[in-house]
Amino acid sequence: MAQMTMIQAITDALRVELSNDPNVLVFGEDVGVNGGVFRATEGLQKEFGEDRVFDTPLAESGIGGLAVGLSLQGFRPVPEIQFFGFVYEVMDSISGQAARLRYRTGGKFNAPITFRSPFGGGVHTPDMHADSLEGLMAQQPGVKVVIPSTPYDAKGLLISSIRDNDPVIFLEHMKLYRSFRQEVPEGEYTIPLGKAEVKREGTDVTIVTYGAMVHESLKAAEELEKEGHSAEVIDLRTVSPIDIETIIASVEKTGRAIVVQEAQKQAGIAANVVAEINDRAILSLEAPVLRVAAPDTVFAFPQAEAAWLPNYKDVIETAKKVLNF
Amino acid sequence: MVSKTQNAKLDAKKTLEVVEEQFQTLQILNEVGEVVNEAAMPDLTDEQLQELMRRMVYSRILDQRSISLNRQGRLGFYAPTAGQEASQLASQFALEKEDFILPGYRDVPQIIWHGLPLYQAFLWSRGHFEGGQIPDGVNIAIPQIIIGAQYVQTAGVALGMKKRGAKSVAITYTGDGGTSQGDFYEGINFAGAYKAPAIFIVQNNRFAISTPVDKQSAAKTLAQKAVAAGIPGVQVDGMDPLAVYAAVHEARERALNGEGPTLIETLTYRYGPHTMAGDDPTRYRTADLDNEWEKKDPLVRFRKFLEKKGLWTEEKENEVIEQAKEDIKEAIKKADAAPKQKVTDLMSIMYEEMPQNLKEQYEIYKEKESK
Repeated sequence: MAQMTMIQAITDALRVELSNDPNVLVFGEDVGVNGGVFRATEGLQKEFGEDRVFDTPLAESGIGGLAVGLSLQGFRPVPEIQFFGFVYEVMDSISGQAARLRYRTGGKFNAPITFRSPFGGGVHTPDMHADSLEGLMAQQPGVKVVIPSTPYDAKGLLISSIRDNDPVIFLEHMKLYRSFRQEVPEGEYTIPLGKAEVKREGTDVTIVTYGAMVHESLKAAEELEKEGHSAEVIDLRTVSPIDIETIIASVEKTGRAIVVQEAQKQAGIAANVVAEINDRAILSLEAPVLRVAAPDTVFAFPQAEAAWLPNYKDVIETAKKVLNF
Repeated sequence: MVSKTQNAKLDAKKTLEVVEEQFQTLQILNEVGEVVNEAAMPDLTDEQLQELMRRMVYSRILDQRSISLNRQGRLGFYAPTAGQEASQLASQFALEKEDFILPGYRDVPQIIWHGLPLYQAFLWSRGHFEGGQIPDGVNIAIPQIIIGAQYVQTAGVALGMKKRGAKSVAITYTGDGGTSQGDFYEGINFAGAYKAPAIFIVQNNRFAISTPVDKQSAAKTLAQKAVAAGIPGVQVDGMDPLAVYAAVHEARERALNGEGPTLIETLTYRYGPHTMAGDDPTRYRTADLDNEWEKKDPLVRFRKFLEKKGLWTEEKENEVIEQAKEDIKEAIKKADAAPKQKVTDLMSIMYEEMPQNLKEQYEIYKEKESK
C-alpha cells in the first residue's frame, strides 16, 4: 500500500477506471497537458491518450452538454468542473438534463456521468470558488451527491461514482486535497454510495457531518472525551441520498445529536438530517437536534473566512448545549 | 491565425460588411415551383421526390389534426408546424437511419419520420413517460424544452460518433431565438473545436414566440454566427425543400469526410401560434406578413414542381391525406390504450435503483394506488 494525499488518490481512481473501461472519458478545462489546476489528472493524458483525456473549450455549460451527448453514445463521462462555484453555468446540463435523462425516456437512456469538482473553504480563494453548494444539488432528484473526507474514501467513492449508472456530483474539498496522507490500496476497490461511516464510536451524543467538517468534529470529539463526554461521529460520505439507517441507529443509542456542515445554515443537508431524525427518532431524543453551520451570508471574503467557517470549537459548544439540555 | 500584419487596416466595419455580403440565400425552387438554380439541384430520383412530397403533405395533415385534437383535450403540449415542412422534413430526408436527431419541441415531425411511432409522439404530448421510451435502433433524443440545451448535447453526440469511428452525423434544430442563447454558441464552438460530425439547423421562422428576429440580434443573418465559431454557415430558403435538402446533404458529406460541423439557417415561417397554450399571433404579427409568407408555401411550390414533371396528382395527394388521417386515428387509439400513469411508475424511473427515501415513498404510494 502507498501513502497518498487525497488528490493522489483521486488521480489513482481515475487511472483505475480509465484502464478498466474504454468508455470512461476524462475531460474539462486544463485537464489534459496541464493535468488540471490541482493536478487531479496529472499524467493521465500521457498514459491514456488525447482521445480519452482531453481539454475542452472554456465553457461549463458546453462541458455538461458534451457529457450528456457522450452518454447518448454509450460513453461514461467524467467531466471536471474547475471550481464548483462555476456550477451555476452548468446547472441546466446537470439538473435539467443529466438528472432527467432516465426519467424523460421512461428508463430507456441513462447518463452515467460523474461531475468532479473542487470546493470548500479555508484556502483563501477568490469569490465563486469555495462555496459549499451540495445542498443545492441534493435537492435535485436523479443525481447523487458524494463528498469524501479522506484519501481512502476518495478513491473508493470515486470508483463507485464512475461505475454508477446515474449522474453523480463528486465534490472534493480543496482543504483536504493535500492536508494529510493515508494508506491507500493499489488497484481497485469500491465504497458503496449512500452509506455513511461511523468514524468514532460513542455513547452520549451523535455528531453527523461530512467533508472537511469530519476532521473538525473528530477533533471536537477528542476534546469532549477529555471532559468525560463520549461522542459518536458519523461521516455521511454521500449527502444525497443520505444513509438514514446509520444515523437513526446512532441517535437511538445516544439520545442526542448535532449536525455539522460547512455550508450556510439555511436549507441544506443539515436541515434535512434534522428533519429525518425528528421524523424517525423523536422518542429517543433527550434534547433538540442542533446544527453547526456557517452564517447565512454569501461565502466569506478571505479576510473574514477563518471566523466565518465553522470549526471544532463551535462543534464542542453546540455538543455541550445538547449534552446539558 | 490570419497574418499579413503589414497591410492590415483598422476597419472593423468593413470586415463585418465583407462577411455579411457573403451570406446569401440559397434557393433552388422559387415560389411558383420553377427551378432557378439548376447547378445546386440535388441528385434525387423521381421516387425520392415523391416520397418527400408525401411526407410534407402527411405532416401538414398531422399538424391540422394535432391542433384539433389539442382543442378537444385529446392531446397535451403541442407546437404547430405548418409552414415549416420544407425546413423540417427535407432536412430529415437528407439523413440516414444511423444519424442522430436532437430535436427542439417543434421538431416532432422529423423524429416521427426518423422512426418514433406516432402513438409515442402523442403520448409524449400528453405527458406520459412511455412517449419517451424510444424504440431500439431509432436514433433520436426526446424533444428538448430548454432552448439551446440540444445544441451543446449535439456536440457531445457528434464527438461520440467521431470517437467510435461511426459513419454518421448528429443533427439538431433550434429557432431564431435559440441563437441568442449561450448554449447555441457553446455547441457550435465545441463541435468546431473537435471537428465533430454535426449539423446545426436554425429554423428562422421570424419570431421567438412574439419577439421578431431583428430584436434578437444585430446580425444580418443568423448563418453568419458560424463565422465566430470558425465553421461553415449557409442560409437557405427554408420554404424550398430542394434548397434545404441540398444544404443538409452537402453538410452531411463534409461531416462524414472529417471536415466538421455546419450551421444552416433556414428562412421559414410558422403559420400557427407558438404553441397551443394560449399564444395569439395577431398580437405580434400582421395579416399582411402572414399572407406574404403563405405565398411562399413549401407544399404549393413543390406540388407545382412535381405536377409539371408528371410526378404528382390530386388523386395521389388525397391518398396521402386519407392515409395520414387513418394512421392518426389508429395512433390515438393506441395512445388511449396505454396504461394509466402512476406516481410509483415515476419513482421507478428516477434511478437505476431506488434510494432508501424513494423506496419508503414508493410503499406509501403503492398503498394509495391499490385503493
